[in-house]
Amino acid sequence: MSTGTSQPTVDTSPKVSDEIRKTTCYMCACRCGINVHLRDGKVRYIEGNRDHPVNKGVLCAKGSAGIMQHYAPSRLKAPLLRVGERGEGKFKEISWEEALEKAVSWLAPIRADDPKKLAFFTGRDQSQSLTSWWAQQFGTPNYAAHGGFCSVNMAAAGIYTMGGAFWEFGQPDWERTKMFMIFGVAEDHDSNPIKLGLAKLKERGAKIVGVNPVRTGYNAIADEWVPVTPGTDGLFILSIIHELLKAGHVDLDYLLRYTNAGWLVIDDEGAADHGLFARDADGKPLSLDRKTKKIGPAEMIRRDAALQGDVTLDDGRKARPVFALLATKYADAAYAPMATAAETGIPAEQTERLAAELARVAFEEEITIDQPWTDMTGERHEKMIGRPVSFHAMRGISAHSNGFQTCRALHLLQILLGSIECPGGFRFKPPYPKPMEAHPVPNAECEPNQPLAGPHLGYPRGPEDLLIDEDGSPQRIDKAFSWENPMSVHGLMHTVIANAYHGDPYPIEVLFMYMANMAWNSSMNTKGMMDMLSEKKEDGSYVIPKIIYSDAYSSEMVAFADLILPDTTYLERHDCISMLDRPISEPTAAADSIRWPVIEPDRDVRGFQSVILDIGARLGLEGMINKDGSAKYTDYADYIVNHQRKPGIGPLAGFRGADKKERGRGAVNPEQLDDYIENGGFFLEHIPDEAQFFKHANAGYQDWAVSMGFYDTPQPVTFQLYLETLSKFQRAAEGHGDRQPPDYLKQQISEAFDPLPIWYAPGEGSQLEQSGELADFPLHAITQRPAAMYHSWGSQNAWLRQIHGRNPLYVPGNVCDDAGLKDGDWAWVISHHARIKVPVQRMNAVNSKTLWTWNAIGKRKGAWALKPDAPEATKGFLLNHLISDLLPPRGDGMRWSNSDPITGQGAWYDLRVRIEKADDDGTTQSEPTIEPQESPVGVGPDSIAYGKEWTK
Amino acid sequence: MHPAASVIFFTTASGAGYGILVLLGILVPLGYLPTEPWFGAVTLLLALGLVSAGLLSSTFHLHHPERAWRALSQWRSSWLSREGVAAIVTYGPALLFAFGWIVYGNSIGGWALWGAVAAIMALVTIYSTAMIYASLRTIRQWHHRLVPLVYLTLGLASGAIWLTAISSSFGITNDLVVAVALIFILAGAVIKFIYWSSIDQSVSQSDAGTATGLGHIGTVKQFEAPHTEDNWVMKEMGFQIARKHALKLRKIVGLLAFFIPFICLLGALMDVAPVLAMSWIAALSASIGIVVERWLFFAEAQHVVGLFYGHDHS
Amino acid sequence: MTSLPQHTERKLGLVIDLDTCVGCQACVVNCKEWNTGGYGDPLSDQDPYGASPTGSWLNRVHSYEVTPPDAPAQIVHFPRSCLHCEDAPCVTVCPTGASYKRQEDGIVLVNEDWCIGCGLCAWSCPYGAREMDADAGVMKKCTLCVDRIYNENLPEIDREPACVRSCPSKARHFGDFSDPESEVSLLVLARGGMDLMPEQGTKPVNKYLPPRPKQKPDVSCSTREAPKADGILGWLDAALEKLG
Ligand SMILES: Nc1nc2c(c(=O)[nH]1)N[C@H]1C(S)=C(S)[C@@H](COP(=O)(O)OP(=O)(O)OC[C@H]3O[C@@H](n4cnc5c(=O)[nH]c(N)nc54)[C@H](O)[C@@H]3O)O[C@H]1N2
Ligand SMILES: Nc1nc2c(c(=O)[nH]1)N[C@H]1C(S)=C(S)[C@@H](COP(=O)(O)OP(=O)(O)OC[C@H]3O[C@@H](n4cnc5c(=O)[nH]c(N)nc54)[C@H](O)[C@@H]3O)O[C@H]1N2
Ligand code: SF4
Ligand code: SF4
Ligand code: SF4
Ligand code: SF4
Ligand code: SF4
Ligand SMILES: [Mo]
Repeated sequence: MSTGTSQPTVDTSPKVSDEIRKTTCYMCACRCGINVHLRDGKVRYIEGNRDHPVNKGVLCAKGSAGIMQHYAPSRLKAPLLRVGERGEGKFKEISWEEALEKAVSWLAPIRADDPKKLAFFTGRDQSQSLTSWWAQQFGTPNYAAHGGFCSVNMAAAGIYTMGGAFWEFGQPDWERTKMFMIFGVAEDHDSNPIKLGLAKLKERGAKIVGVNPVRTGYNAIADEWVPVTPGTDGLFILSIIHELLKAGHVDLDYLLRYTNAGWLVIDDEGAADHGLFARDADGKPLSLDRKTKKIGPAEMIRRDAALQGDVTLDDGRKARPVFALLATKYADAAYAPMATAAETGIPAEQTERLAAELARVAFEEEITIDQPWTDMTGERHEKMIGRPVSFHAMRGISAHSNGFQTCRALHLLQILLGSIECPGGFRFKPPYPKPMEAHPVPNAECEPNQPLAGPHLGYPRGPEDLLIDEDGSPQRIDKAFSWENPMSVHGLMHTVIANAYHGDPYPIEVLFMYMANMAWNSSMNTKGMMDMLSEKKEDGSYVIPKIIYSDAYSSEMVAFADLILPDTTYLERHDCISMLDRPISEPTAAADSIRWPVIEPDRDVRGFQSVILDIGARLGLEGMINKDGSAKYTDYADYIVNHQRKPGIGPLAGFRGADKKERGRGAVNPEQLDDYIENGGFFLEHIPDEAQFFKHANAGYQDWAVSMGFYDTPQPVTFQLYLETLSKFQRAAEGHGDRQPPDYLKQQISEAFDPLPIWYAPGEGSQLEQSGELADFPLHAITQRPAAMYHSWGSQNAWLRQIHGRNPLYVPGNVCDDAGLKDGDWAWVISHHARIKVPVQRMNAVNSKTLWTWNAIGKRKGAWALKPDAPEATKGFLLNHLISDLLPPRGDGMRWSNSDPITGQGAWYDLRVRIEKADDDGTTQSEPTIEPQESPVGVGPDSIAYGKEWTK
Repeated sequence: MHPAASVIFFTTASGAGYGILVLLGILVPLGYLPTEPWFGAVTLLLALGLVSAGLLSSTFHLHHPERAWRALSQWRSSWLSREGVAAIVTYGPALLFAFGWIVYGNSIGGWALWGAVAAIMALVTIYSTAMIYASLRTIRQWHHRLVPLVYLTLGLASGAIWLTAISSSFGITNDLVVAVALIFILAGAVIKFIYWSSIDQSVSQSDAGTATGLGHIGTVKQFEAPHTEDNWVMKEMGFQIARKHALKLRKIVGLLAFFIPFICLLGALMDVAPVLAMSWIAALSASIGIVVERWLFFAEAQHVVGLFYGHDHS
Repeated sequence: MTSLPQHTERKLGLVIDLDTCVGCQACVVNCKEWNTGGYGDPLSDQDPYGASPTGSWLNRVHSYEVTPPDAPAQIVHFPRSCLHCEDAPCVTVCPTGASYKRQEDGIVLVNEDWCIGCGLCAWSCPYGAREMDADAGVMKKCTLCVDRIYNENLPEIDREPACVRSCPSKARHFGDFSDPESEVSLLVLARGGMDLMPEQGTKPVNKYLPPRPKQKPDVSCSTREAPKADGILGWLDAALEKLG
């Protein structure tokens, strides 16, 4: 037969694009570098930037769908003023001048009268250094981003314990680690980096252990699966610690050098300083020198500190080293794998083997790098010794009411194994580690027409730093830093709407929100939340008087706002991912980056950051106007380049100074943005070789960090196995000090605020147990991030919604059999708070007590420019309707918050439910059903053939 | 497989048309049928009419009928191409045969040769059509040696039945044609029932395990499809019919395509019933029966691709 | 050209690592993004904002639940695109010659100008790798990014398929299987690369690397004695001694 001779000739070198513009993706918060190919002024193709530190060239599904996001029919087109009722979605378009003046007319009186009547909360905000500064200059104490319901437990536990956490704060040493355990992660913010990391481990055949009730995604490729029961990781981890201690598998040298293991804790039951560190006259913690048997400053004794035994202090009182307390605590048989197996659902054998494996890899497969370095005591080390075990965790452990302590437990495990900041272990990303002491304390004192005294958010050292009035009532609308959740270091965005609605602690005038779909997927009790937003007083005015909201798309939240400030898409604006905020650094280098308008908006929209700078100038906010009262910054770009927090320190660390060569510190460079664009949209500064590891105690690193302007003096970190701050709150609960919790909180605080990590049963479950109802809610229900969707905003994407157009509830086989459920059936899922009707699908690769579904697929009819019969709105559903912001009644007349008592982190995954087959009434509509909203942007087209003009 | 109306009509109509052509092309030259030109005109018109209508409708199935001519190019490897070529080539001898018969009234002599050639080409065309399906390994129920036989026998049966109906309408009864019809109905029935029991017994070599290559680990079940609404592949090839539904339809085929036509024509042959009525009932019943048979031929066909999408068998 | 070349100079294709694929769909969407503005007609979408959004994709990722007899069920993510078979039935059935396998590199392509949209090639493909585009009415399939891998307008390093370039888990590998020393050939050798549905006789060029065996649940290894209260203190002094 004839061969390829008559084969058509294919043009194998077609033109790709006219131009490539390098910017930063924002289809999620991972902040990968992208090359945007432009052709005929349209986006032809988006690919990962190979030089970029975050994604090194790869691009995820969301990022690859950027075209459909950027051209989405759901994009808002112009400023909107509500004409219908809240929730209806009826608006009229107005000009920017009208919109800005309207906003100013609402805000100026408040500022002159009582600034805290403004609550300014931002969701997926990547410009928090600007938004927080703006709120500070406005003078309201009521500012925070969304961290409070997201994963503050992770961040807070990390900072308090070791000066940094996972995600943006640090990551495993993917190149060297030999055993990696990943707890409660579906995607995480580090979407691409984690995948790149896992690929490296697979390449080297390193072992991956997935601890997760569900065996999908990362857990599907893990070499070993630990099918933990939700909310019990703390117990599992402490059992591993029990095993390690029993066998003496801890890195004593490391503990003595870098932790407070040898610090003395006062043992004086009933005393105000019981459980606090014994300190010398200048407040320096003390240790006992186990050789000289003398007590002295811990920082001097260090490696010679005694780790056990009762010590008598100079004042004759008893004290014990932290390690002794810790060792005795976890030696308790209650932590034996055998004893915890029933609760965690993890066989004792597996826990024991994993503990043994961790120890083997950490201590017998030790790795060394021949790189001399000098520690903070001046001691020179010839080598860098590595314990190649590493861990990563996210909301699976943090989104529980025991999350803070669980995260602490995990860090304790890492530290006992000596695997923080060592080769093969966990590595911080600059500017971290940064100890609690280097962070501010929260501020709330406000005066009319005055900036706030200091930053809103910080790290309380003890009761003295709480934001409460004399009578103990909260000073912030979200009750952050109050006795209900004293260490709520990210604020509590999820409580704002309810508190504003109840006027508790006080009513507000204007609710100003940015980039958060609070009327839908980012709220618990979604239906209740919508009611509160649209509820009126007798006089017909809304309970929450005014709502300003900035969104880029026609989301559910838009329908509830009075004034909409339409934002640009991520390809149309300037942004800056700043060292002052949450940079994109790597363990090996400091890095920050920008977004810039690679495409000009074709609508009457403006970048939100430019808009608040404008509003700020119109309000005459300090720092945003010149002497003559004129606006100081023409737009955000102008601010990014010219704003300075301290002399020489601005939003961007790169290309500073006249010669553009200074990094970190340096004079303003008017061409800084061009230099970033020139450089691919980011800036990267490598950490010197001798400073690459042990950053918390590495003199070389600390000097480098100071030179970069992360802080003005070295800030070494001593890892806090024992967290004194927590004891201080315990003492207050016991009636010590001038600031004490209200009686109803005393027990909760003295139990939960254990200075050594503990595990307690998640709030909702134990609440139901107390009221004897737990049997009615025997199952757990959780959500997972789909890799190819970003919360609610992926559903407007014509490509992504083909992949996740609806979400079934995945039900373990055993539960299906008990409930008589088969694939495609509809079922009622019932919590103490509500019931939802959903389609189910059988699954076996899951913890036998756990139901789950993909997060945020369900949509309200009319939103996102989707047609009302879109599967997202008919078959899709939100678990949020089942999750209450309040725990089931206790019978004490009070409703307790469904959150971590320490940080206030929303306890999303504490949810308890039962499932019942819905009788087949022929309907295929998930419930609850919610009134459709009108679309201010119409609905999308009936077909798409993107790129037609370029194909032949 | 999704039953496409255009294709079902095509195979049914052209099958009958070619069937008639075969009978005419062979029986007329041998003198077993009337040789009057008008008879040739009527019957050949019917035959070529059915064929042409069928071929026309088959192009509705194409997204680019304007390029249909290209389909003639790959006869070396493609049965679809061969069918197209054969179908078109058949017109040549068929028209020459018709010309000789109708214009010169010559249906026995030299022109008759063309009849024979037309008959052969018609058989080749039916065979090619059948082979389009029978050559697909991906569909167990089609990749079956009886498939061409089914198409051939049913084509000839329906051809013979229609020829009877038409000729009887002109007061001509020809026992031979009726007998031929009876034989092919019987043969068709037998073959079709053997075919059905054979596909019921045979099992696919492929399953979710071989499709995914994961069979060596354990039992394989679809967890998530790549997309939450059906795509073209599933709409086209994911069609599934309930077993009991299929069995009911098989009975209907047996009744309409085989039993009723057989009884009617037998009655006619044995002069216990009026030929005209009987042959028309037979013709209509058979055609409806064969349409159902063709619908079922698609509906019962399980494409292996279903295995990737959670179908438990193919 | 509808007849298959008896032999191709090179055998380009993909290796897909089922042990590493996390099912993230990056390859799927990046493929769509590259190709909708690339080879042939766009990959169109129907009812993209409505009740049943669907469209043409050249690469799709399934996931399966696999239950071993003696271990808990596991999930395997499973990317599926054209395997560029050596004995490609989709080529021989094509009546127009639109569907062909390239002599020089074995890539199976559709010449969309010749395609009549009969769909027969899709029927003949065991792997569901071909999709009729509802808008253009021509058959769509993976082109192995023939418009990237040789493209002089792209930097050398980017001359690989879009799906391979974007895969964050490095689960996709592109190369020449006719070269026993190529990365893909070596991977297949080392990891037991397999064919999908070999019984279909299509001789796929693309190969799949099976998931590595998982840790089996522990059979009771009870080395457990009740933890002594002095367990730690037992070893602590000795250990501290060692530290000096
Ligand atoms: N593609 C994509 N990426 C995203 C997002 C997105 O929407 N889409 N959202 C971003 C945001 S805002 C955040 S906060 C991060 C969150 O990143 P993740 O923490 O990965 O997000 P979740 O989906 O909440 O993951 C929770 C995981 O923990 C498991 N889990 C639940 N309860 C428990 C438990 O008690 N113990 C253990 N061990 N596991 C448990 C769940 O099965 C799930 O796998 O992701 C970010 N990245
Ligand atoms: N059941 C359940 N609920 C959860 C979670 C869970 O795991 N399970 N996770 C919780 C967590 S961790 C989080 S962080 C929240 C996330 O929930 P949200 O913070 O609501 O996140 P999104 O749904 O992404 O919505 C952000 C809003 O920003 C808008 N937006 C998108 N791009 C832009 C832009 O460029 N400019 C502006 N101005 N707006 C834009 C979107 O249109 C959308 O309205 O969900 C929480 N809710
Ligand atoms: S992970 Fe994906 S969506 Fe998020 S920034 Fe990176 S490429 Fe964009
Ligand atoms: S991109 Fe890679 S990891 Fe993600 S689905 Fe495709 S092959 Fe799997
Ligand atoms: S996978 Fe299907 S389309 Fe691709 S070559 Fe093989 S048979 Fe043809
Ligand atoms: S659809 Fe196109 S490529 Fe496929 S067989 Fe028909 S003509 Fe050939
Ligand atoms: S090789 Fe190209 S066309 Fe084929 S699946 Fe990958 S990206 Fe798509
Ligand atoms: Mo989050």
